[in-house]
Amino acid sequence: MGEFEVHRVRFFGLVPAGVRCLACQPRGGRLALARTDGAVEVYNFAANYFQEKVIPGHEARSVEALCWTVGDRLFGAGLGGEIMEYDLARLCVARTVDGCGGPIWSMAANSSGTQLAIGCEDGSVKLFQVVPGGIQFERNLDRRKGRILCLSWHPSDTHIAAGSIDILRVFDVCSGQTIQRIMVNYHVHKVKRECIVWSIAFLSSGTVVTSDSFGRVQFWDWERGTLLESHTVSTSAVLSLSVSEKEDSIIVGTSTGATYQFQLLPVKMGSLEKRWVRTKPFQHHTHDVRAVAHSSTALISGGLDAQLVIRPLMEKMQKKGYDAVLRKFTFPHRRLVSCARKARLLLFQFSQHLELWRLGSTDETGKDGEVLPLCRMPEHLVQLKSKGPEHIYCSCVSPCGSWVAYSTASRFHLYRVQYEGDGVSVKKVPRVPKLLLPAYQLQFSSDSGSLFVASARGSVHVLQLLEPGGCKHLHTLRPPSGCPEAVYLLAVSTDGHWLAAVGGDWAIHIYNLKCFKHHCAVPTYSCAVTALAIHPVTNNLVIAYSDQQLFEFSIPEKQYTAWSRMVQNCGLHKVWLERDSPITHITFNPKNPSHILLHDIYMFCVLDKSLPLPDNSALLMNQSTLKQLPETARQRQLHAFKICKKFQPLLFADLLDENCLVMVERPIMDFKTQLPLPVQQKKFGT
Amino acid sequence: MAALCESFTLCGLGPSGGVGLGGGLLALEPGPDPDHVLLTDRGRTATLFKVSDQKPLGCWSVKHGQIITCPVVCNFETHEYIAVHDDKVLRIWKNKDINLDKVFKATLSADVYRIHSLPNGGPVVLFKGGGVRTLDVLLEAPQQEIENIISDEVIKWSEAFMEGQQPVLIFATEKDGDFFVYVQKLKMNSLHKYKLEQQELSKPLSFTAYIKNQIITLLCLYSNDSVYKVLIPLQQNSEEEEQILSKSLLLKLSVSGSVLKGTSFVVLDRDHIAVLGSLAASGEDSKECLTIWNTKFQTLQTSKELPLGTSGQLWCYEEKFFFTHGKVLTVIMYKCETSSLAAAVGKLKDSQTPDVSSFVNWNTLGDEELVVSLQSQQSVALKSESKMTLRSKRNTVAEVQPDTLSVGQLLLNLKDASTTVFEDELRQLISKAQMPDFQATIGCVITALINRCKTNPKYYPRNFLLHIVQTRDLSYSLCPDLMAVALEKKDVHLLQICLQRFPDIPEEITYACLKVFLSISESYLQRIDVNLESVICYIDIEFNNKEVKTEIVENGFNAELEQDIWDTKITKETHVTADGEFCPVGPQKAALLNAVLHSAYSETFLLPHLKNLPAQQAVLFLRYLYYLYVKCSEKINTTLPGIRSPTISQIMDWMCLLLDAHFTVMVMLPEAKELLSNLHKFVRAQVRFYSELNKIEGSLRELQRLNHQKDSQKYSIEVLELI
Repeated sequence: MGEFEVHRVRFFGLVPAGVRCLACQPRGGRLALARTDGAVEVYNFAANYFQEKVIPGHEARSVEALCWTVGDRLFGAGLGGEIMEYDLARLCVARTVDGCGGPIWSMAANSSGTQLAIGCEDGSVKLFQVVPGGIQFERNLDRRKGRILCLSWHPSDTHIAAGSIDILRVFDVCSGQTIQRIMVNYHVHKVKRECIVWSIAFLSSGTVVTSDSFGRVQFWDWERGTLLESHTVSTSAVLSLSVSEKEDSIIVGTSTGATYQFQLLPVKMGSLEKRWVRTKPFQHHTHDVRAVAHSSTALISGGLDAQLVIRPLMEKMQKKGYDAVLRKFTFPHRRLVSCARKARLLLFQFSQHLELWRLGSTDETGKDGEVLPLCRMPEHLVQLKSKGPEHIYCSCVSPCGSWVAYSTASRFHLYRVQYEGDGVSVKKVPRVPKLLLPAYQLQFSSDSGSLFVASARGSVHVLQLLEPGGCKHLHTLRPPSGCPEAVYLLAVSTDGHWLAAVGGDWAIHIYNLKCFKHHCAVPTYSCAVTALAIHPVTNNLVIAYSDQQLFEFSIPEKQYTAWSRMVQNCGLHKVWLERDSPITHITFNPKNPSHILLHDIYMFCVLDKSLPLPDNSALLMNQSTLKQLPETARQRQLHAFKICKKFQPLLFADLLDENCLVMVERPIMDFKTQLPLPVQQKKFGT
Repeated sequence: MAALCESFTLCGLGPSGGVGLGGGLLALEPGPDPDHVLLTDRGRTATLFKVSDQKPLGCWSVKHGQIITCPVVCNFETHEYIAVHDDKVLRIWKNKDINLDKVFKATLSADVYRIHSLPNGGPVVLFKGGGVRTLDVLLEAPQQEIENIISDEVIKWSEAFMEGQQPVLIFATEKDGDFFVYVQKLKMNSLHKYKLEQQELSKPLSFTAYIKNQIITLLCLYSNDSVYKVLIPLQQNSEEEEQILSKSLLLKLSVSGSVLKGTSFVVLDRDHIAVLGSLAASGEDSKECLTIWNTKFQTLQTSKELPLGTSGQLWCYEEKFFFTHGKVLTVIMYKCETSSLAAAVGKLKDSQTPDVSSFVNWNTLGDEELVVSLQSQQSVALKSESKMTLRSKRNTVAEVQPDTLSVGQLLLNLKDASTTVFEDELRQLISKAQMPDFQATIGCVITALINRCKTNPKYYPRNFLLHIVQTRDLSYSLCPDLMAVALEKKDVHLLQICLQRFPDIPEEITYACLKVFLSISESYLQRIDVNLESVICYIDIEFNNKEVKTEIVENGFNAELEQDIWDTKITKETHVTADGEFCPVGPQKAALLNAVLHSAYSETFLLPHLKNLPAQQAVLFLRYLYYLYVKCSEKINTTLPGIRSPTISQIMDWMCLLLDAHFTVMVMLPEAKELLSNLHKFVRAQVRFYSELNKIEGSLRELQRLNHQKDSQKYSIEVLELI
């Protein structure tokens, strides 16, 4: 098919933030996750754990706890001392309420999701009522000294258990009184160290489960104040704990990166007496496991190594499918890199700054696998620091490289970048139009003449870029039926005629840019769109969904193309559908209209529509096999998917010109070395 | 393989600057220290260079109107420089002197041809008339009369060597197309004149020579593009009139149709010479080249074109070539490794040559090479030609030696001669290196000697035999009775040398040697001169019998303590006897046994003989092998220090062989029991140790692989092919 000159870029120094807390939506298919930088993400189980929503972080808003409440509202609380309610449609903090108790260490919602309890630095436990349009302070429970590190409601909502340092307490919600105090280090002789109760769970049987800094998981009878069972699982702290809905299984996470499952099992076959037994150990993380969650079918853990691990419980699985496989997510399911093809620039988006790099070049050619000598090294041109505490939502560089735009929660910035010889000058474009912020996606037109700003409520703003450095609001595109959700993906056609926009409701709307009219909507498909792009020649819209399906929709004809129907009839290869990371970028080769270039974290694929699709008996990743075959034998083996897994983890891939690719990798080891050291563990030979 | 390495420019030689002001170089001589050279140009200047820095360290010029006529040399003993200007005026100065006008001056009575500076012998002055003086003698009376010994011959070339403690000067002269070679031994004040055998239609262009084993090998580059070799024995009993030196073809300087017109050449080592000249293929322009040739295989090893032209001069010091290339003096380093078929098939005996020597060490020249080259040149030179030379010889000098025709006859004649005459004649016969079938001659000589020994039981020319075996390359098959006689006479030194040098000793003889060595008493051996170089580095010659301290338990008895003592006793005993702390045999015996270990053998042939070894001797030998094994294992590289010391694989092979041969006996022997158990323990420990090392190696390799994988490159452009 051809040889590519691949610019293998590894200087994108992205360090994903560690996972701080997790919250499973009760009876829902979503998982909320908060990172140490304050970012909140929502994963959709139904959409193959797609990272559906991202609310970027904020310097002053750490998140220590997340709670889902009635009406699928998401609340967070942190050391800033505020309770935040997140607007999941507009992907921002909707409102904040001061907890009035200093930093908030913990928060728990009652079983019905109508009340929130927070545990504060000053030792108080406060109750809030979840009301439409916000929360309302209800009352304080009995306050004692010592920060409340963890909280748990009894399923009947009558009692709250709270873990503190050296002690756990049980409150009566009605009276607000402390009705039980249990010293957790009572049984440890002559220990001077304080024992921190990191996590607590109140079971309906009246058993309180705690995990503490001594590495113990303990089961208490709260009424008698006695220790029922104690399991020492680790030499270092057990940081997190989560109980399954049926209360027959517990997952705990330790600071050594190990997680353990406890199960309530009969002592003997058929016996009624049951005990908690430590059953499965897992070592998926290298750092502290600060957060665990127990969904109905999986153990979920998140660590300071930025990994989210979803370990399915095989005994809960009915059939082998997507859910039955271990999933690990380290990198976001969206692009943080944009590329100026013509100028050969890359723009890297970090949480609070952008980096603009110019790629190097070579004047040599070579054979497959060869590394070519560089005649010019890559160059770090500009670093743009975002002012203020807000993190960046999105960014983009124009194809010509002379415009850079980014948006935070409340501000939109457009820069004019000029290159004079070796020097670079960056000028901020003054008086950008007031827009409905934040912007969720930015996209320049291919002639760099206009900028499309994906915005809330399904709207897309069209800005006209003016020389020598100005901009003007031209139009705002909106779906005719209205949409409450924000637009999170955009695609613009090369001829500047069409724009496709995807909102949080996964509906794809296509607009005609010549007359700024809504052209049509792509038939609804019940899965999240992970990437889309418009073919430069045929104006076909190629859509990748999080269930790994691929569709091709002809914009002029307002219908799926014949090839797309053929794909749906034949079905995609089993191995393709079982991949666990979504396609994050689609691009095309203008010289080869039948080629679609797509990639996810683990592979880069050129999809050649002119070749037959592989059936399930064929080998999907057949490149290495093909390379060993003689030319004549290859022809019979060729199929549409040409997959290269050489570049991993692949954060971005794009075609610079006909046979020149850029691949942005972020080797796991590179950022692991930048993480704080994990708890030292004695390993053999060290 | 020989190879030319990187080159650099030492200095410019142009008229506008640099050295020599365009006049060219007279000569290049080694400087006072390594890496230093002394350049003398064809004018007034001498310059000292540090080669690796390409930097002049000093420059001295004589006055305008004067001219340096002889290459400046350095007196290595005093670090003084010696120059001659205007043929007769001698100047001597030191590094710190700047103006040559003010330094020591002596005007001599005759013209100087050249001064040779010898590393340990001081400078030697050769006058144009052929007279030779050491500098010391000359300086005592500078105006002393210098004799003219070559009348109207012209000196073409000269060279000086140290032979033992005395300087030897060799020079070649020419008169009317005839070439003569003079060899002067300074201390003995002896001068020999030889005439170089004539070669039709060509004459010598360049000479070089080296000395080895009292034989000067003179190499001559002839105008017919060939290099000839001439052997001149230094030991010359008869002070006869001039002899004719016959020469043999060493190398034809032609390669696949193109011929190298050599102008000068140097010898690099025993197999390699470097020739500077112009390579001319038929129908093409000639190109000047520097070439390295292998004389053994008659091949051109490497060459480098010199398009800017040279002056035809080539010098070589410290593995560097020096020559003028265009208008600069160029230095090219070279590498010259011994090439042999054995090396090519990986069967090279590891000869313990000194690691890196910047000078060519002629003592490492294997004699076998001389012989082989002699033989090969015999075969290369056409038979008819050799006949012709013989005839010409006979024509020119009527009463040359009775020659080869009569080696057998000569020996026959000598059969009844007195011992001294007999040995003298044989000595002379051997020193004639250029005889055809030289090897066979030596065989005959030895056979004659041995026969004499056999007939006369009292006659045993120990030293003469030793000398022959040591200096010539013999083999067992050439003189099968030699070792038998030596065994009979218990001449262990000769046996040792034979074992070390003969490649083809039958296993039976090897076994016989071993048996003799093991059976000879230590006290007898102590009086005998044996080559100890293989043991001297590791054996403890001083037997310090440390007294074993015995612990005394006072007042009764403690079972545990008793047990302890018992244990320590045992361990101590083993320490002394078997644990390899002390050598079970004396150094002389050890050296002899090492010679046996070193000899080649085939297991299947040796084993039946070995079974006959008496049990006590077998145990002793095993004990010694065990000692060697322990010694080997002490060192990280498991090799014993010293020359010709046995290797670990030799030790192990012999140990296995001995155990195979004597296992049943050993098991029964009470004194061997402990040795065997210790040996077993030690080997087991070693096996464990090495398996651990293997594990570590595996882990380290894995680590290395991981490191390799984790390339920290932040950016690269790679080629990716998708099919």
